[in-house]
Amino acid sequence: MKIAIPAENRNIDSNVCASFGRAPYFLIYDIETKESTFKENTAAVSTGGAGIKAAQIIVDEKVNTLLTVQLGENAAKVLKGADVRIYKAIDASIKENIESFAADKLVLLTQIHAGYHGRGNR
Amino acid sequence: MKIAVLSGKGGTGKTLVAVNLAAVSRQATYIDCDVEEANGHLFFKPEWLKKEDIAVKVPQVNEDLCDGCRKCVNFCKFNALVYIKDKLQIFEEICHSCGGCLLVCPFKALKEKDKVIGVIQKGVSDNVIIYTGLLNPGEPSGVPIINKLLSKENVPENQLTIIDCPPGSACVVMESIKDADYCILVAEPTLFGVHNLNMVYQLVKLFNKPFGVLLNKCLPEDNPAEKFCRENRIRILSRIPFDNNLGTLNSNGEIVVKKEKKYQQLFSSLLDTVVKEVQYETTANP
Repeated sequence: MKIAIPAENRNIDSNVCASFGRAPYFLIYDIETKESTFKENTAAVSTGGAGIKAAQIIVDEKVNTLLTVQLGENAAKVLKGADVRIYKAIDASIKENIESFAADKLVLLTQIHAGYHGRGNR
Repeated sequence: MKIAVLSGKGGTGKTLVAVNLAAVSRQATYIDCDVEEANGHLFFKPEWLKKEDIAVKVPQVNEDLCDGCRKCVNFCKFNALVYIKDKLQIFEEICHSCGGCLLVCPFKALKEKDKVIGVIQKGVSDNVIIYTGLLNPGEPSGVPIINKLLSKENVPENQLTIIDCPPGSACVVMESIKDADYCILVAEPTLFGVHNLNMVYQLVKLFNKPFGVLLNKCLPEDNPAEKFCRENRIRILSRIPFDNNLGTLNSNGEIVVKKEKKYQQLFSSLLDTVVKEVQYETTANP
């Protein structure tokens, strides 16, 4: 099973990025093989629709599970359409989030925000 | 002659100025481009003559023809398309109706359909023809409606047209002023007023438009907006006093030039000033 986590830096000790669509990187982590790769999020620089494009990237990586602090409605629509399960990440390092997820301590993300639609980084 | 009335913030007096300039003229077309909250018609109480739906084009996929090449997905700069589980998904509210996805599709799997985003109404009240645009709630951009409002058939070349702009300095305002011959910037005597005046000042400079400032709600004390104009050598066209009577008339949906002689004179002279400015501009910088 592959999980994805929005990351500030290419380092599993760094914090989870609070934004999904505009996160600089995604950590793609394979629970079985424990293999991890940081993928650059090319959606981050989009004028608009960053969440939609980021969701496409996650789906194309054949990710089954996303751990994220928050998520916009458009990205959620794409991910749910691709049967990606979405959990609420905790405000901690990427590593701690993976451990919490493995220990079954994370809850499903239920609050989907209406999206910032280009206003997120102003 | 097209005169646009704008300001950086709402509630400064754009509609007051635009409505009264049109009303005081011999004959004018008043165009309300504030399509998210058009309210100029509340003053004119026009007899409505015409109503027209405004639609934009959005793509629609024929799944039998789509082979999943993703050329459209990769082309769209707004990320309005995704390809998930062997299916193209379209986010209509993200689409900017550029039509690019149709052009890049090698299989002609996309075609356009109309999506209604609002209406335009035409009316008449005494000497004024009124056009008003209304964007449906939730639609991302009023630009297509403004574009239609200001189309050639609505804006006769040799007649006076007053354009009541939306507040701010973003796309909808740029669309509203782009063909204007003159811009009147309405400003309030507050720090907020100055900040927002500066935004529209930057905008009209960028667009290279002749412009002047109208100071509204003037009090006897120092006026920070006036100070800003002096510092930047901006022409002050006129001053409207902070006047309870004016506020009351306006709040009751009355056209003040029809009620008060002194405002009839003020707006009449403002219109003369601006018309002369435009005529000077056309001779000096044709």
